[in-house]
Amino acid sequence: MSKMIIRHYGPRAYPDHPPFDYPAYKSTIKRNPRQDLLSIVETLTESTGPGPVWTEIVGEDADLTTNAGTSGQAIGERIIVTGQVLDENGNGIPNTVLEIWQANAAGRYVHWRETNLNAPLDPNFIGVGQCITDEDGTYRFTTVKPGPYPWGNHPNAWRPAHIHFSLFGNSLGSRLVTQMYFEGDPLLALDPIYNSPPEHSRTRMVAKYDHDVTQEAWATGWRWDIVLRGEESMVEVAE
Amino acid sequence: MSGKVGQTPSQTLGPYFAIRIATLDEWRLPLPEGAERIVITGKVLDSDDDPVGDAMVETWQANPAGRYNHPDDQRDLELVEEFSGFARAKTEFETGEYRIETVKPGAVPDPEGEPQAPHISVIVQARGMLNPVFTRLYFSDEPEANEHDLVMQRVPKDRRHTVIAELVSGSDPVEYRFDIKLQGENETVFFDV
Repeated sequence: MSKMIIRHYGPRAYPDHPPFDYPAYKSTIKRNPRQDLLSIVETLTESTGPGPVWTEIVGEDADLTTNAGTSGQAIGERIIVTGQVLDENGNGIPNTVLEIWQANAAGRYVHWRETNLNAPLDPNFIGVGQCITDEDGTYRFTTVKPGPYPWGNHPNAWRPAHIHFSLFGNSLGSRLVTQMYFEGDPLLALDPIYNSPPEHSRTRMVAKYDHDVTQEAWATGWRWDIVLRGEESMVEVAE
Repeated sequence: MSGKVGQTPSQTLGPYFAIRIATLDEWRLPLPEGAERIVITGKVLDSDDDPVGDAMVETWQANPAGRYNHPDDQRDLELVEEFSGFARAKTEFETGEYRIETVKPGAVPDPEGEPQAPHISVIVQARGMLNPVFTRLYFSDEPEANEHDLVMQRVPKDRRHTVIAELVSGSDPVEYRFDIKLQGENETVFFDV
């Protein structure tokens, strides 16, 4: 049957996201658009997106403690990070890829621009991985807890421990890149990037310790759900 | 209208997404049989026209027949399985240049059933950007189709040049230049996608 489905989603929740212009994070100053975003006629271009096909391409590589391919274990506090990828109705989004990247347990990235050279590299840790949600939208990574690290935004600035997450969802408009933080981190209150979204929504980026996820004599567990834009308001089917 | 559960806020890509990109090779899409290779190049620039050397440029497009590789597009048009329609490139640190090798997409209908001009969706993120920006890339050698395009008609005439990639004359393979200006004079038109 010849048809196309155009899903019309609710808006990107601008009041829940950071502003483009957030001078406390200095790098935004020259990189934020000043013109208003132009409203678009939503077409098949916007209601589709790379999410589903990307899942077929990328495959799963969800254990960052072993995926350096050295046959050694990454050094650090082994953790399990798990949760659900949800749409705004609270329904799990199955079969979608999450990509993550992070610093090692000492707070150092495997990257030539890394400036935290006082911290050691770990030969058994590359700090990247991906996994695919199951039929309930559940994902699960094994990794080490990233260390906090210094950065140049302001005097004695330290990023709280965080893991970068990248997701596509099912449409172009559901694209999300975000960071996951850890409950109870004293650096959260001091970090302009964490504090860039409003108070009511920033806590949605914080993973909670979950003893049911913790595995005896193996790894502590953290739970974090991710909500992508995607409350369908109307679906059109055109022949 | 807001949903039952709130959206997770966006955060910056930061400077280190390259550790992810380095494990993949996504800037060159496979060439479907019978299709012509095109190359998209350009710079990502800040308000001072300085290069943004740590940006990620992602593109999403239909195949040459005008079909998206997506379950919502079940039209009777050829689907090229190996052509995902998704590409991702980083910008070079010194120059802010990116490069994507793809093919020209076919026309996709608008909600009124009229053909849109051939176009590629572009998402740009970088250190210093707390949210992604979305734009569309149109082609300078499609002036008539561009003129009639429903989305293009919403773009003020004096800003349309910011969403039109310029054919580089004599280029082989065919190359189009598409700079993305994040702020200031000639700021690229970004859409509320």
